[in-house]
This record gives sequence, structure tokens and C-alpha cells, in this order.
Amino acid sequence: MSLLKVENLSKVFGGVHAVEDLSFTINQGKIHSIIGPNGAGKTTLFNLITGIYTPTQGRIAFDDKDIVGLAPYQLAALGMSRTFQNLQIFFNMSALENVMVGLHLHLDRRLFPALFRLGGIAAKESQAEEEAADLMRFVGLGQYVGSESSSMPYGALKRLEIARAMAAKSRILLLDEPAAGLNPSETAEIDELIRKISETGVTVVLVEHDMHLVMGISDHILVLDYGKKLAEGTAREVRANPDVIAAYLGSGAIGGGHAA
Amino acid sequence: MHRLNSPRTGGLMALVAVIAVLPLFFPNNFYFDVAILAGFNAIVCIGLNLLIGYAGQISLGHAGFLGLGAYSSAVLTTHLGWPPFLAMAVGAVATGLLAFLVARPILKLKGHYLAMATLGLGIIISIVMNQEEELTGGPDGMTVPPLTAFGYEIYGEQIWYWVVGVLLVFCVWLALNIIESPVGRSLKAVHGSEVAAEVSGVDTGHYKALVFVISAVFASLAGSLGAHYTGFVTPADVGFFKSIELVTMVVLGGMASTYGAVIGAAILTVLPQLLTQFEEYEHMIFGLILMLVMIFMPKGLVPSLIGKILNRPAAQQEDAAS
Repeated sequence: MSLLKVENLSKVFGGVHAVEDLSFTINQGKIHSIIGPNGAGKTTLFNLITGIYTPTQGRIAFDDKDIVGLAPYQLAALGMSRTFQNLQIFFNMSALENVMVGLHLHLDRRLFPALFRLGGIAAKESQAEEEAADLMRFVGLGQYVGSESSSMPYGALKRLEIARAMAAKSRILLLDEPAAGLNPSETAEIDELIRKISETGVTVVLVEHDMHLVMGISDHILVLDYGKKLAEGTAREVRANPDVIAAYLGSGAIGGGHAA
Repeated sequence: MHRLNSPRTGGLMALVAVIAVLPLFFPNNFYFDVAILAGFNAIVCIGLNLLIGYAGQISLGHAGFLGLGAYSSAVLTTHLGWPPFLAMAVGAVATGLLAFLVARPILKLKGHYLAMATLGLGIIISIVMNQEEELTGGPDGMTVPPLTAFGYEIYGEQIWYWVVGVLLVFCVWLALNIIESPVGRSLKAVHGSEVAAEVSGVDTGHYKALVFVISAVFASLAGSLGAHYTGFVTPADVGFFKSIELVTMVVLGGMASTYGAVIGAAILTVLPQLLTQFEEYEHMIFGLILMLVMIFMPKGLVPSLIGKILNRPAAQQEDAAS
């Protein structure tokens, strides 16, 4: 069943086609990856899907609903969440509060109960704290439950973003380079975490540079180059595709599996 | 889970104790007067701190909202003979409405541009107060009748002190309630990263407008009460320099700290009185104190001091690392 459907999508930045006439479908469940060389339009595509950019042309349907023009917070309410390539942490809050922001849509957000502390706000808040702490443990941040986000190392912050995105209990989770800047053992842990998330039934979409990671865990891969679709399919199919070899990976990189 | 940086009961109790005990050390009504003015400033700063400290949005025009409250009370009671509390409520609603109407377009701006836009708003309000002489008395200002409630007149520094004291505690309580709720967390999220807040489902435009309106209403109410207390209001009391003073109070006390806003307001109200003995050096010393605090405690008084007391080992680690 198709969860996300992109049709003839284009985004032009002052004459540059960052994404050009792109069509693809992402089915519910499993792990999907979007790969391509630097500047291929991967992050632009993420920003288009999540409502941060408005497409120049084309249609994006989420669960058969046209979502072009909706703001990111409205998309979040429909069940879409994401992380960022360059971290977007709330450094003015504790780690736990960062994850609690992710719970926003599931909490009582009315002003007047909050103002006068009515409607069991206090109890709901401590419940939210528990839930956020559980999520932090799920992504392997148990030791940072009591930490300030500003005192956490880079690798932990990448997981914190994942925990925050998961807190929204979305149907689709878009991870923008979750392994960027991580060492091989940290990357292996992220690999494991992504599988674990996928097993909870969430559809995961990755943008990633690390070929090891992508080829290993993806059920479905979309290859972009200059904003266009170059190839699509399973890891095996993509690896064997001559266009991909020529345009992106180079003949040696695929077999050896070295990161680009 | 226990959070030391939000000492809800402890902090409120301490505030109540300070307000209760302070009058014992007041030798005359002048001290009460300064304390009352500090209280009014503190109420405005609590609201302003929600906007600046928590949501990370600057306003250089908040004295305009203070002025709208003050002049609503003055004009409606004097010219139309309305009861003070009705005038105050109408002033607060009108101010909130104006804040709501300008919030969406203005708060799309960031940084210096937002500063300029709010500055302009404050100046426009100030110009209206100066120009509408028939209504407002122009630059000379106008008198405001005393506050009456249920036939009783609130009169004299000693009674006003307790009225303002109770209100201040109430406002601190309200602010703490907002902060420790999903609403307050959303404000902090807007400050931390707007794009991350949005994708987490936080309607950032809504929360920015909300906090702008809340802070404007706090200012309006403090303005109304202050006008009734002093019995007089001029455009200069609620002009550009007042806006700057309010922001300075928030920053000095410590951003994103409700008690910081109170302490910043108290210090900047009391300090000029203490420095009068230095006569012509008064302003120089005043400026010097502000500079030294901001150089050595850039986070403001309260967060810096709390950080020093609570996280001594952590702070030292950070120092060693940097």
C-alpha cells in the first residue's frame, strides 16, 4: 500500500533545478533509502515532503491526501516526522524536554488549564516525562535522561533527535543522514536502532551517504542525481544498475562498499 | 522527576516571605513607594520574560502596551466615568487585541528586524498619546482617579504594597504554570529551533502570537494599576526609554528565569534610588554596574548564581573543557 506518493515533483531555486520531475512511491512499512551524490537534491526532497519548502510543481500525497502547501506542523499532525542533517536540538532545554516537545501533539495544549494548573496538568506532565525517558532508553540514551542537551556529545544528540521524532508516534519517519559524522561503531549502532524502529511498524525513509549502512538495511532504494531519479529498486538491483555505477558510485565503490 | 531549576513551591514561598518581611525594614513611606514601583515593573517583566527569555522574541515596544493600559484606565474613568476595574479590563482586552492583530505579521520577523518593528509599534503608540491632546492631555499627561473597589478606595502606600505584593505572587505563579506545561515547552522550542518545533507539531506562529498577547496583557494590567497608584500618567512614562528599561531588567535578572525577571526589576528600580547619594556620578556608576554584571554574568544574575551554586562541579568541568 502506498503511504507516500510523489508525482512530477520539481523545485527550482533561481534557475537551478534542485529536484526535477521526480516521481516515486513509498510503500507502508520497511526501510527506504534515498541516495545520491552531494547536491543530488536529497535534502531538498526531504524539505519538500515535510513542508519546509513549497514545490515549484508537482504533487505529493500522504496516505492519499494531497499535502502540498501544508505547514510542517500540520504534516506532523498527519503522522510525519523527521530529523535533520545539521542537528536541530533545543539547546535551551534538557534532553528529556527535547523529547517531550516531540510528544506535543499527544498532550493537552490548551492555555487556560495550563495557566491555572487545572485538568491534571501536573500528572500528565510527569506521565509525559516517563514516556520521554522510555524513548530515550529505547534509542540508547538511558544515561542522559537527566542531562542538559547542551552537555551531550554529538553522537548522542543524533539519537536524541531520533527519540524526539519517534515521540510524535508518526507513521512515517524521515531520517536525514542519521550516520553523518559518526564513527564506524556508532554507525553500526544506528543501523541497529533503525532496524529496531522499523520493527515497531513505522515506515522509515533515510537519506544517507554511508553506503555500508544503506546497502545493508534498505528494503528499497531510490537513487537521485541532479534532482532526477536515476534508479530505483532493492539494494541488489541498484548495485547492478549501470547508470548508478557510471554516474554515482564509480566501478570500484559498489563491490567494496566504501563510503562515498 | 525532581528538577532543581524550577523550584515551584520553594521559590514561591521565598518570594512570599520576602514580601511579608520587607516592610519591617521600611522606616517610611518612601520605601513602600519604591517597593510598589518595583512590583509593577516586576509584573511587566514577568510577562516580557515569557516573550524574550522563553520564546526568544525581542520587543522594544512593550512600554507602549504599558501605556495603553495606563491611558485606558485614565481616559475611560476620567472622560466616561467608568468604574476603574471595568476600564482596566477593557484596556487589557483592547491591548491584547491590538497585540494579537500585529503579532502575526510582526513576529514573522527575526532578530534586528523584529526589534525595529516592535520599536516602531511602541513609538506609534507614544505619538498617539502625545498628539491626542483632548483625550490624553498631550505631553503634559493627565490625572487618574484613585482605584476604588466595592465602594472602598485603595489608598496609601501601605495598602498598595500588599495589593501589589499579592498580585506579584499571583503573576509569578501564573508564569511558572505556563512554563511548566506543554505551552511553555512549546515557547522554549520556538526559541531553540523554529524548524524543529514545527516538525514536532508545534504551530510556531500560534505560540509566538500567544506569548506576545500574554506579555502585552501583563503590561497593560500593570500600567492600569500603576496609573491609579501614582494618580498621574504622561507619555514620557511609557515611551521608548521605558521599553529599554524593561528589556534591561529582564536581561539583567536573567533570561528564561521568572525570578530573574522579578529580581532584575527590583534591582533596576531600587539601584537609582541608592545611587542618588553619588549625585552627578549616579548615571556613570549605574552604567558601570550594568556593564560589569553583563560581562561577568552574561546569562543574567539569577541563572548565573543558581548555576554557580548548584552545578559547581559541572561548571568547573565546562571551564576545564573550554
